[in-house]
Order: sequence, then C-alpha cells, then structure tokens
Amino acid sequence: MSRNATRNSSRNTSRNSFLESTLQGFARAVSKALQSEQAATQPGLLQQLDPRVRVLGILALVVSVILCRRPEAIAAIFLVAVALAVASRVSLTSLARRVWLVVLGFSGVIAVPALFLTPGQPLFTAPALHLSISVQGVRTAVLLVLRVETAATLTTVLVLSTAWTHILKALRSLHLPAEIVTMLAMTHRYVFLLIETANQMFESRQSRTVGILSGAERRRMTTRTAGVLLSKSIELSQGVYLAMLSRGFRGDVRLLNDFRLQPRDYVSLTAFFLTACVAVWMGR
Amino acid sequence: MAAIFELQDISFSYEAIPAIRGLTLKIEAGNRIALLGANGSGKSTLLRILDALYFPASGSVKFKGDALTQERLQEEEFFLNFRRSVALVFQNPDVQLFNPTVFDEVAYGPLQLQWSREEVILRVEETLQTMSISHLRDRSPYRLSGGEKKRVALASVLVLDPEVLLLDEPTATLDPKSQSQVIDLIQHWKGTARTVVTATHQLEIVEDIADRVLVLEAGAVIAEGTPSEILSNTDLLLRANLIHAHRHSHGGVEHSHPHLHGHSRHEHEHDHEH
Repeated sequence: MSRNATRNSSRNTSRNSFLESTLQGFARAVSKALQSEQAATQPGLLQQLDPRVRVLGILALVVSVILCRRPEAIAAIFLVAVALAVASRVSLTSLARRVWLVVLGFSGVIAVPALFLTPGQPLFTAPALHLSISVQGVRTAVLLVLRVETAATLTTVLVLSTAWTHILKALRSLHLPAEIVTMLAMTHRYVFLLIETANQMFESRQSRTVGILSGAERRRMTTRTAGVLLSKSIELSQGVYLAMLSRGFRGDVRLLNDFRLQPRDYVSLTAFFLTACVAVWMGR
Repeated sequence: MAAIFELQDISFSYEAIPAIRGLTLKIEAGNRIALLGANGSGKSTLLRILDALYFPASGSVKFKGDALTQERLQEEEFFLNFRRSVALVFQNPDVQLFNPTVFDEVAYGPLQLQWSREEVILRVEETLQTMSISHLRDRSPYRLSGGEKKRVALASVLVLDPEVLLLDEPTATLDPKSQSQVIDLIQHWKGTARTVVTATHQLEIVEDIADRVLVLEAGAVIAEGTPSEILSNTDLLLRANLIHAHRHSHGGVEHSHPHLHGHSRHEHEHDHEH
C-alpha cells in the first residue's frame, strides 16, 4: 500500500470513528462518575468520618500546603495524602492517571521557565544556548509542582471518598450560602440527564449515517447538537422552576442537615488540624 | 358538597397561541376527575392553572371560595395552606426530581413549607415506606428506572398529604407493572376526601381512575360525563382525536373501524365474510 493510501485510510477511519469516539466519551464520563460513587461507599478511613470533618480536615491540609515554603514539608503532606488514599481504598493507579500525570503536565509547563528565570547559584549551564539553571530555580519549580500535586491529590481523595451529596450538605452546614449549594446540586443532577440526551442524539445520528462525514459536516453536527441541548436545558430549567414553586419554593432554599458528630470525628478533626499546624511550622 | 375549585370562563395563551378558551369548571371535594384529550388540548395547562403556577388572562379561579391570584399567594398563611393542600405530579419525572437524593427529594416540600426538622424526617420515612421505596432513599434520581422515578415523584407530593392531587399523564411511558401500581394507588383513594384530577389520553385507565370525565379539545370542554358514557361515544372520541379509524384486512377483505390504542378490552364486529 502506498504512503498516500495509508494516510487516506487512516484519515477515513478517524472520520468514521468521530461518532463512535464521541459516544465512547459520553460513556466514559458516566462510568467515571459511577466509579467515584462506588469508591465513596467503600468501608475506608475517610468514609467512616462525618463529611463535615472530611471537608474541614482536607481544607486545613490544603491551606497548610499553600502556606508551606519548604518542599520537604509539602512532601510530608503529600505522603499523608497518599496514606489517606490507601486507607480510604482510593486506587493509586486512578490517582496517578487522573491527577498526578495531568497536574504534572499543566504545572510543569508553568514551572519550567522558573528553572531558567530565577536568579541564584548556577547548577547547570548550557554555554551554546547561554542558559543556566539555578539551585533556587530548581527549588522554586519543585515547590510549585509539589504544591499543586499535593493540593490536587488531597481534594481528589476527598471527592472520591465522599458522595457528592454529602460534600454539598457538609458545605451547607459549614454555612456556604444555600443558593450556591443548590446550584451545585442541580448542576450535578442534570449534567447526567443532558449527557444521556446528547448520547441518544448521537446514537440516533449514528444509526442513520452512511459513509464518511466531512470535517464541515462534523462541525455542523456538533453545533446543532449543542444548540438542541441548550434549548432542551432551557426548557428543563423552566419545568424545574415550576416544580419547585409547586412544592412551596419562595426564593429561600431550605435544606435538611442530618449529620451527627461521633467521638472519632472530634479525634480525627484534631489530628487533621495538628498535622496542618505542624506542617506549617516546619515549612515556614 | 363544598367546591374545592371554581373556574369561571377562564382563558390562557402561550404568547399568541391560545391554550385554554372560556373554560368553566367546578371541582368538589372527593371528586375523581379525568381530563381526556389529545396532545395540545390544554390538559397540562389546566392542571398548572389549578396548581397556581399559571394564572388565566381572563376569567376567575377560586380555591375553597377564595380568589386564587398572584396577590393572594403573596400572603404567607394562604400560600402555605394552598401549597400544602394542592400538589401536582408533573408528566416528566426528571423535571420534578431535582434534588441530589431520593430522601432529599421527598423532604423538599415539607422543608419549604417550614415543617419542623423532626416532623420532616418522620413523615419522609413514613412516606418512603408506604411507597415501598425506602431502599432508594440515598440513591440519586438519575440512577432510577422510569417506574421508580414516578413513584419517587408521587412520594415527593404525597408526603404533604394533600387534599387535591393533580396528576399529569401519571402512567405515560411506564411499563405495565408500574402502570398498575400507579392505578392501584389512585384507586386506593376512592371514597376518601382526597380530590384527584388526572390528565391523560390513555382511555384504558379512565374507568379505574375517575368517576367523572371531561373531554378537552383546543382548550375547551367539549363533553362531560361518567367514564362509561364518554367511552361509549365513538363519535366524540373520534372528534377529540382519542381514537382513529384503523384500516386492516381479514382474508383479503379490507375494512376500517374506530381503534383505541392500548385498549385491552376493545372488540369490534365485522360485517363481511371471512
């Protein structure tokens, strides 16, 4: 097969797989959400604690990460985060794929210039390029990457070990405005319905598609789908508002807080705050 | 008998499209009414007017003798009494189930109506048990089947123990078992003081859910009677697009007759030889 034929074949396959890959994307999104919910019901360390303690404890550790100025202290909190993940039955493979690699990519791009731009004692010099890496530059880059990795790991462990509904209730009982909590809850509730609708639209399109879709057709289809979804979501929001009115909504959101603190929650909260304080003291 | 609702010559339009035209209606306590009509006949709009979600452009609506207006609903006592007394189950359960979990969904109404925390928890638990959905209490609505969603939607209003229940196509898109459960529930209220108004175009459930039937066409009541009176009037059902002429052949002879979709007891005679 000639090189041109191979290139055309590969391009055609990619065009044919547009619908399939979109459908697979929808399925992956739903599947990830279901996996997260399953992890939250596992009998683990964090799962046994009151959701408010989990939210406050993780928040305290994240704040300590922001305040620490020494990589060694942040690395210690990173190890605490990994230990919490293991004790809460959160898969390290999943963490590596969903957090560590992604965060490394993003924060790495921001950190690399710091290697060369931070003035200080030279560690390595490339004479041909007139570039040198300073010890302080390496320290700054490591600090940045480590800080983002640790904060992202902590929040992901919280999200994977806590049902979304519990996080929202915990935020509400910690006095986050009810309107914000309701908006977050509804977004989470209806995003799956809209994903399902989009999925059905693509399936319907796939069942009637013969041959190869051109780039322009694919763009048109995506735009139309987005338009239909927007109009459906507007219709849905009007219906939801009427349903809220029908059951007594008058502008004030009232939620039920049915959490009860146990002795182990007080112990854990103290442990979280102590760890955070020690890390800040060591990392100053 | 005391009138729960009195509608006098009401009209309502969506932009320039009329949905209800000059409709007059009296609903008394304990009535079980079916609103029959094809799609777009104004059934859902009428239910929303009865639930004070829409207000007519002309005419008047009274609830237990009091004018049902936007101004009256601003009064807290009237609002709380009305919302506790009248409940609407929407046709699309996804519209009605907007809370993160089934428990929160059922607790939503009582919380908005300012019940105490203890009362809310007690009534929600009782309702979940009565509706046999206790096992779903921590589930998210998007993970429920169609039948389960409908039961949760019903539970979310029954928790208030309303005097008037407005049901918009309660059995549409349900499987036969779920349909039967919903019909059983409505039948269970027969002879009680609870008023049930059901909008439907499914003729096969009318005799089970209603004692009085109103047929709507283009936003107006074109007929009223008992289920047997209405269902035996083929011309009326044809006019209201609730049945249609069905053409088929027997032994090579083609003929047509009125046809009721989903009517399990439908029989017709042939005037030709097979």
